[in-house]
Amino acid sequence: MGSYLSVNDADRKVMLERLGVSSVMDLYRDVPQDLILDKPLGLPEGKAEMQVGRVMKELAGENRVYGTVFRGAGAYRHYIPAIVDQVAAKETFLTAYTPYQAEISQGVLQSIFEYQTMICELTGMEVSNASVYDGATAAAEAAAMCRDRKKKTVIVSETVNPEVLAVMKTYSWASDNEIVTVPAKDGVTDMDKLLSAAGADTAAVYVQSPNYYGCIEDLEAAAKIAHDAGAKLIAGVQPIAQAILKTPYECGADIAVGEGQPLGLPLSYGGPYLGFMACTKEMMRKLPGRIVGKTADEKGNAAYVLTLQAREQHIRREKASSNICSNEALCALRAAVYMAAMGREGIWEAARQCVSKAHYLQGKLAEAGFERKYSGEFFHEFVTSCPYDTNEVMKVLSDNDILGGLVLDGGEILWCATEMNTKEEIDRMVSLLKEVF
Amino acid sequence: MKLIFEKSRPGTGNQYIPACDTAVYELDASFLREQEAALPEISENDLSRHYSELERRAYGVNNGFYPLGSCTMKYNPKINEAAAALEGFADIHPLQPEDTVRGCRKVLELTEKYLCEITGMDAMTLAPAAGAHGEFTGMMLIRKYHEMRGDSKRNKVIVPDSSHGTNPATGTMNGMQVVSIPSTEDGYVDLEKLREAVNDETAGLMLTNPNTLGLFDKNICEITKIVHEAGGLCYYDGANMNPIMGIVRPGDMGFDCIHLNLHKTFSTPHGGGGPGAGAVGCKEFLAGYLPYDNEITENSCGKVRSFHGSFLVIVKALAYILSLGKEGIPESASMAVLNANYFKALLSEKYTMANEGFCMHEFVMTLEKEQKEYGFSALDIAKGLLDNGIHPPTMYFPLIVHEALMAEPTETESRQTLEEAARIFLDVYDEAMRDPQSMQQKPEKTVVGRPDEVLAARKPVLRWQEEEAEDEV
Amino acid sequence: MNTPAELKYTKTHEWISGDGGSCLIGITDYAQDQLGSLVFINLPMEGDELTAGEAFCDVESVKAASDVIAPVSGTVAEVNEELADAPEKLNEDPYGAWICRVEDYTPGEELMDAEAYAAFCEEEQE
Repeated sequence: MGSYLSVNDADRKVMLERLGVSSVMDLYRDVPQDLILDKPLGLPEGKAEMQVGRVMKELAGENRVYGTVFRGAGAYRHYIPAIVDQVAAKETFLTAYTPYQAEISQGVLQSIFEYQTMICELTGMEVSNASVYDGATAAAEAAAMCRDRKKKTVIVSETVNPEVLAVMKTYSWASDNEIVTVPAKDGVTDMDKLLSAAGADTAAVYVQSPNYYGCIEDLEAAAKIAHDAGAKLIAGVQPIAQAILKTPYECGADIAVGEGQPLGLPLSYGGPYLGFMACTKEMMRKLPGRIVGKTADEKGNAAYVLTLQAREQHIRREKASSNICSNEALCALRAAVYMAAMGREGIWEAARQCVSKAHYLQGKLAEAGFERKYSGEFFHEFVTSCPYDTNEVMKVLSDNDILGGLVLDGGEILWCATEMNTKEEIDRMVSLLKEVF
Repeated sequence: MKLIFEKSRPGTGNQYIPACDTAVYELDASFLREQEAALPEISENDLSRHYSELERRAYGVNNGFYPLGSCTMKYNPKINEAAAALEGFADIHPLQPEDTVRGCRKVLELTEKYLCEITGMDAMTLAPAAGAHGEFTGMMLIRKYHEMRGDSKRNKVIVPDSSHGTNPATGTMNGMQVVSIPSTEDGYVDLEKLREAVNDETAGLMLTNPNTLGLFDKNICEITKIVHEAGGLCYYDGANMNPIMGIVRPGDMGFDCIHLNLHKTFSTPHGGGGPGAGAVGCKEFLAGYLPYDNEITENSCGKVRSFHGSFLVIVKALAYILSLGKEGIPESASMAVLNANYFKALLSEKYTMANEGFCMHEFVMTLEKEQKEYGFSALDIAKGLLDNGIHPPTMYFPLIVHEALMAEPTETESRQTLEEAARIFLDVYDEAMRDPQSMQQKPEKTVVGRPDEVLAARKPVLRWQEEEAEDEV
Repeated sequence: MNTPAELKYTKTHEWISGDGGSCLIGITDYAQDQLGSLVFINLPMEGDELTAGEAFCDVESVKAASDVIAPVSGTVAEVNEELADAPEKLNEDPYGAWICRVEDYTPGEELMDAEAYAAFCEEEQE
């Protein structure tokens, strides 16, 4: 049994004697005796490390790791430089708590300050927080930032990731606020419908670009509609795409949010991930979560601290707009190391390869009869029809170690390519499809 | 220490991905950003050293004693990390077909089952990403319960004034009015005040037990009964679950719904502030309202996070539960209590305790007298500890104790560590008594002194900018 | 502690200076001293309706957020926007750093004169 205790029997005896009790259970004298469990928990017996390792390996072995992946839909397989894992495994980063004691936490604080700067660079926004749970909760928190007593409705385009929409709806339901959705037209937000939906009670408009179907949205048009209604624009963005695409700031967004997983986080069956949130200076005081700022100590040395804390739950209690107290610091660290390692040119190159390979894949699939469904430009995902039984197609691909695109409700397929997909892989898959069907 | 941007030099950096092997596709210029993102350009050697230097300027459980009350900074076993790094967990897409993720599903099912057993609950979700996120989820279940019964009047949540700040903030996020009730002098729920506070508008009570003073509320069954009789439900904030796991169960105390912080009680690392995971458990009658995972269920409160929660964190918690097993879990709990009481006894030599007698996993000291009579504060003691290689206890919490320091040593510390730490605590106290003025200069041995927090908040500098660097030159 | 004789005060430590038509509102010297270095003020907006006895804005120090309670009922006619960028003025010159000007106002109950307020603060300090 692994217990990780550090007190041996002899020490335990000394400690109990000092406290004047004969057993540790004597220390539980405030607990009503009839509440104390009178039988062992219904759990397995403790295991030695070797056995635990075996069990976990067996469980992991029951999952299927695909050699080739053409699926995204909110979680993306990108190359992760080896140094990312190495830095994130450094014990001090791993085992530190939130950096409340700034003097001994400069390392964590500086790494977050650097992360915030990188997110500002990617999105073009002026201020970033230290991160939240994931992209979906980031969008939900952003919606809450925009609401006030008079403006409560948030308009969300139906082209956003359905997981994100679902979470936004949950948060809105909880706080008695409304989410109104606007339909898609040819795979992008129907701007006419958005225009007619926006009104005096609109707090914000949320549009994702590239959207769930991979299409690049007209964020500038969405910003104009939002602002004309006196509302904010929240842009949901993909961080790798952001290396080349027009920034949300350039498009007029007030808040940019997104899922940071593509920045050096493994797929991990969906978590832990990283929600990034950035906004204009004007909205800075409404930004939830931790924020690190630069200041100085008495001697004038640069020093980093958690700042603007009076916004937060531990001070405002029931008046705080969010109850969040953690950030995903270790995930943010991974993202920062990833961005620094890949560097200015490396991320740009990764983004360019995503676009190139996705367009190559789209062309090849069209040759095999998988016609693209929407006409607008896309980044690294796109939707096609499926001329064959989708289950059959996915099975054939799976049998050949390929995780195909995601089958959508209407029977179409949402494909994704990244820099990880080689030309050879794409060619192999498409010839396989041609061969079998 | 320089920022990574200040170490950046154009044209440096390693190549991580090969040249594009397909035709290059150029997006129309109208889609493209005007300027490239100014990310660093740095060689891998310099990058590696940068983060090694940052690591040296941080402090984790691996560096030394970390008695941060309410945070349960226990040792984080290495096998947990090894398990989470397995390719069969790390490289799984969240939207893979069910028959290719059986191992992941088993991890979730086993963890849910074990946590139900430990807490006395009937159902569990692992979707929430943190403790506060779990509170949000749990209180939604309570809200949903009243709503489904058509009892729309119940929108008040009762929270003791000694509670964690997340509790009232959670009530607000759930559209509820927060009713704060005062605690007794010992930090217990004041039964009379509770009886006065409950009525037909009470949605529920949020409570942590042991409470934030580290005391087990012996009236707990009476408390949950009062709330239930008024038609409300009882929510258990599991932040302080560590000393009672395997010994007493919230489900047996009368709680209907709970959250657990897997990063506290179940040894997954805190990671400098996250990622954590907050499991939410409930009794059978609330189970239908739990967040859904893949398939939408009719009465579910909805989705609280994308996909299936902080999966790799859950893997780590499962590895820990398997290691400890049915004997190890209560043993760890009781050792957390023994260590806390031993440490309390050692510190009682000089420090004034907010409560006499035995505590659970943590205890609170008050420097109120010292602050008034000698002019040094809880903050000064904390900063003095920093110079001696100890992470200070939680400061100024709970709010009901003035000049509070809240210490939680956890079960994974040795008697020798506790004695050594106690000696340092007592030395720092003596030093402060001798020369209270000097304490305001502490810490002196750390890489920076006390930062100017007023400046940071009045004139926020939240990112690096090139101009600024030039100014400094 | 400074308590100018020409002002009126509340038990929640706001001051008003009225000329009949409109009045200025701020926080007292005692309040700023108790709150410590202020880092931000959440200012009201022009046109806000104040109700005497209810919070209408809040001030933040590094570790606390505190409501400012309206000493009068009325309509906010002007806001001292300067404070948004320079909250330190609330500490440095509390009676110069007015928060807002209120028109058509009705004073709340229990406004104190300087002498009564000074005595009240002394009592509170003990």
